Order: sequence, then structure tokens, then C-alpha cells
Amino acid sequence: MTDVTTLPAAVAEPLEARETPGARAARLRRYQVIAWRWAILVVFLIGWEVGATKGIIDPFFYSMPSEIAFRLWEWASEGTAEGPLWYHLWVTMEESLAGFFSGAIAGVVVGIALGRNRMLADVFSIYIKVINSIPRVVLAPIFIMIFGLGLGSKVALSFVMVFFVVFSNAFQGVREADRNMIANAQILGASPWQLTRSVIVPSAMSWIFASLHVSFGFAIVGAIVGEFVGSRYGIGLLINVAKGSFDAAGMYAAIVIIMVVALTADWAMTRLEHRLAKWRPQPHGDQG
Amino acid sequence: MTTPAPSTGGPAVELIDVERRFLTPDGRHMTAIRDFSMTVGRGEFVAVVGPTGCGKSTTLGLVSGLSRPTLGSVKVFGDEVKGIDPRVGFVFQTDALFPWRNVVDNVVAGPLFRGRPKEEAYDKARSWLKRVGLSKFEKHYPHQLSGGMRKRVALAQTFINEPKILLMDEPFSALDVQTRVVMHEELLSLWSEQQASVIFVTHDLEEAIALADRVYVLTNGPATVKSVYSIDLPRPRVVAEIRYDPKFIEISHTIWNDLREEVQAGYSRAAA
Repeated sequence: MTDVTTLPAAVAEPLEARETPGARAARLRRYQVIAWRWAILVVFLIGWEVGATKGIIDPFFYSMPSEIAFRLWEWASEGTAEGPLWYHLWVTMEESLAGFFSGAIAGVVVGIALGRNRMLADVFSIYIKVINSIPRVVLAPIFIMIFGLGLGSKVALSFVMVFFVVFSNAFQGVREADRNMIANAQILGASPWQLTRSVIVPSAMSWIFASLHVSFGFAIVGAIVGEFVGSRYGIGLLINVAKGSFDAAGMYAAIVIIMVVALTADWAMTRLEHRLAKWRPQPHGDQG
Repeated sequence: MTTPAPSTGGPAVELIDVERRFLTPDGRHMTAIRDFSMTVGRGEFVAVVGPTGCGKSTTLGLVSGLSRPTLGSVKVFGDEVKGIDPRVGFVFQTDALFPWRNVVDNVVAGPLFRGRPKEEAYDKARSWLKRVGLSKFEKHYPHQLSGGMRKRVALAQTFINEPKILLMDEPFSALDVQTRVVMHEELLSLWSEQQASVIFVTHDLEEAIALADRVYVLTNGPATVKSVYSIDLPRPRVVAEIRYDPKFIEISHTIWNDLREEVQAGYSRAAA
């Protein structure tokens, strides 16, 4: 009898150099998707531009892509009426990032602590529910009153926007941790702290990351709403000033800037997540 | 029908008149096991069979210290079980490996949790991976392995702590038949080297007979011991062939007649 190996060879076969028909079809399909995406964008922009010049849509309210692009270029090269664009952008970024990191860290720590301790969770859940029911933006005037027109009030607003999202996901992630996996770690000899560190936190990680994706957007919302209500610098201020002078192009230009920032942050987050989650099976099908 | 404990000293595991009740999510009491007594000798391999959902796994929870009996007493090497005993190892039915750790980091978990020096722990983990034939896969993540390979990792992860008592909860039920037989052989050879006492819960009667010294047949829930059979098939056993042994067939016929009533009772109760 010949010897029989029982290990299936399904692991990490090097890819064939030549493209298979399946790979070719997948590649063509990917190009097709990209082509359609560009086509839709171009049609949208041209439609907007032509519509505005022909008077089908009112450029006073809706502006037009060329004017927005021009305004962006003007802001970038000559600065805004309120000072250099980069400074405003930096202020908004500073507020968002500070709010995001402080809110995310606090959310993760509190979420895991409450998720691990049933007593704490039972006591505090009612308060969290009550506070969570407040629409966060109504806190903006209060924070402005307490922390003034500067950085503090916007960070505080960003913080509360981010905290609850991250907190509830971290909490849920802890609760959803696989019972068998926990039992396994306990029997293998894990202390409660080791269990938290090496089983609970990693298994809650995908929940936490899901919340981080949305919550950077919330951090920006917090910063900008804070700037609307009262500030001396920031993208929110630019929008406010543009609104005051019926400058539609200025408002859209500010929106474009925020869009780029938010997308960049999301991209960076996705990169980080892929690095940390290399243990997870790659989902099949197309991405992003 | 009873056999003496095979080796010296007291029994490894004793369950004496144990009862275990649960509070179900909808607020009712459910009795999983009742008037349950069982002893496992040192180095003995005991299998527990019974109809599905009858409370077989509950016994393992009690011995491991993951749960407490409502009534009665559970002893490990003569001491009452008060918490998780470091001499106990547990192999779960479903995957309980840590998916974010690669194979060697999974195996090394136990010694590191128990405060062994890192280098020593990794050396030991590598030698266990070699033992289960997975040396080439130490950097792979669990999702990259087949079900049988993951089970081997789970065995290495459990055996590296050198448990004196090994609890197994339908560990191979998710594997295909061929892989399962290979895993049976693997388990028996690990067991004979390690001199551990084993409680192996399964719903597969043939698996129980092929592996065990004694087979406990449980009644339909709430479970209690219906009967105990000694399996005097000679060791070492070749699991792949033993099922064609006339004696094996005779034993399995006897036990099946006993088990069948319980299975049918469970079936008719579930259908009602």
C-alpha cells in the first residue's frame, strides 16, 4: 500500500502565470464598472453645466461646476476673504481629528468595560439610553457657551457625536464574542484580563472598525455644525459666510473640500483595517 | 455490567447524584440532567451517547468547571470542582480556535496564558504541530485550513497543556467520514501516549464503541444514566477496520437496542 497523505493541497497554490478565461472575464467586468462610473460622473457634470448656462436650472441657487472649480482654484491660490483656505481646512481637520480620536478611544474603552461587566452595564445602560436620545447637534450652543468660540467647543461636539456610535458598537461586539471561544480560552488558562485582551477585544474589532468608518464622518459633522453656530475659522465658517453673501459657488466649493477630506479618511481607515484584519478570509467579488 | 477503575488511586472524575437546571430565556426552568452518577478511572476512555439534545454536553460543562451543578457533587481527582481546573482540557464541537491568530499562535495560547516563558512555549508549540503533522502550516490562519486540519490544531492546542482529564464534545461531528476515521486514530495514539482520562460525548454509537473502554447510554432528557457497557475490544485498535469485527457488530447491536427506545422517545416528544 502506498502512503496516503491526508493533507489537502488547497492552501496557497501559486497562481498560474497565464490568465484563465475566468480571470479575463472578471477583469473585463471590472473595466466595465469603472467605465460606467466615469460616464455617469461626466454626464452629471456636463448636464449641470449645460443646464445652468441654458437657464434650465438657476445658477444663482445651484451654481455650476465651472464656477465651483474656479472658486476652489481661487481659494487655493489666493485664499478666501476670511484668510488662507489651508488655515481654515487645518482648523476643521484639527477639530475633527481631536474629536474623533478622543471619542473613539473613550467609546472603545467604555464599551468594552461595560460589555465585560454586567453590573456596570445594567446600572449605566439607562443613562446612556437617555443621553443617546438627545440629538447631538442641540448641544452645540451649550458647548459654545461653555468652551467658547475656539477649538474646545468643536472638539466637544465631535467627541459626543463619535463616542456613542463607537461605544454602542464596541459594547455589542463584546457581547457577540463567541461563547465557545471564550470557554476555550478560559479552559486553556486565560485570566479575566488575558481573556479581555486576547479574545474579547480582537473579536469586537470588526464591530469597532465598522463604527469607525461612519464616525469619522460624524466627527466632521460635529466640527462643522460647531463652526456654523459660532467660530472664527474653519470650513463651516466659510459655508456660513458664503450663505450670508448668497455665494452658491462658495458653498458648493466648501462641500467639495469636505467630501475629499471624508473620502480620504475613509480610504485610510480601510487600508488600516485590511492591515489589521489580515487573518480574515478575503470576501469574494468586487471591491470599492 | 460495571468494571473496576483500571489504575491505582481514586477515580479521575466522579459525578454523584448530579442535577443541573437552567433558566431558559423565556423564564422557565429546564432540567438538563437528573440523578446523574458517573465515574471515570485514571487513564480510562469513557464515551457518553444519547439522543440529540438530551443533556450530554451538560456533563462536560460540569466537569470542566464552566458551570455548577444545581444539586449533587462533581469531583476531579477527589476534589470538589470549584472553578476551572488547570488539569482539564476541552475540545469543542464547533471551531473554538482564535481566527485572528495563526496556527502556531493558537497552539501556544495555553502555555502563554499560564505564564510559561515565551521561548519555551513556542518550542513546545512547534513540537506539537510536528506531532499532528502541521509543521508546514504554522503561519497559516485557521480560515486557510480544512476542517480536519483545524481539528488537529485544536487537539494540539488542548494537548500542549498536558491535561490529565480530556473532555470532548462531539469533536469530530462536523468532519466527513474519512477524515473522522483518521482523527480517531490520531486521538487514540495521542491518548495512549498521554495517559489522560477522557470523556467523549457523541451521538455516534459506532464512534463511541470504536474509541472507548466504557460507553454510558443516557436516557432522553432530562438525562440520566440508562446503562453502562464495557467494551472489551483489544487495544491498540485500528478504527478503520474494527467496525467489521464480529464482536464490534455484536456490541453495537446490543447497545443500539438499548439506545433506540430513547431515540424514539425523543423523536416522538419532539414531534408532539
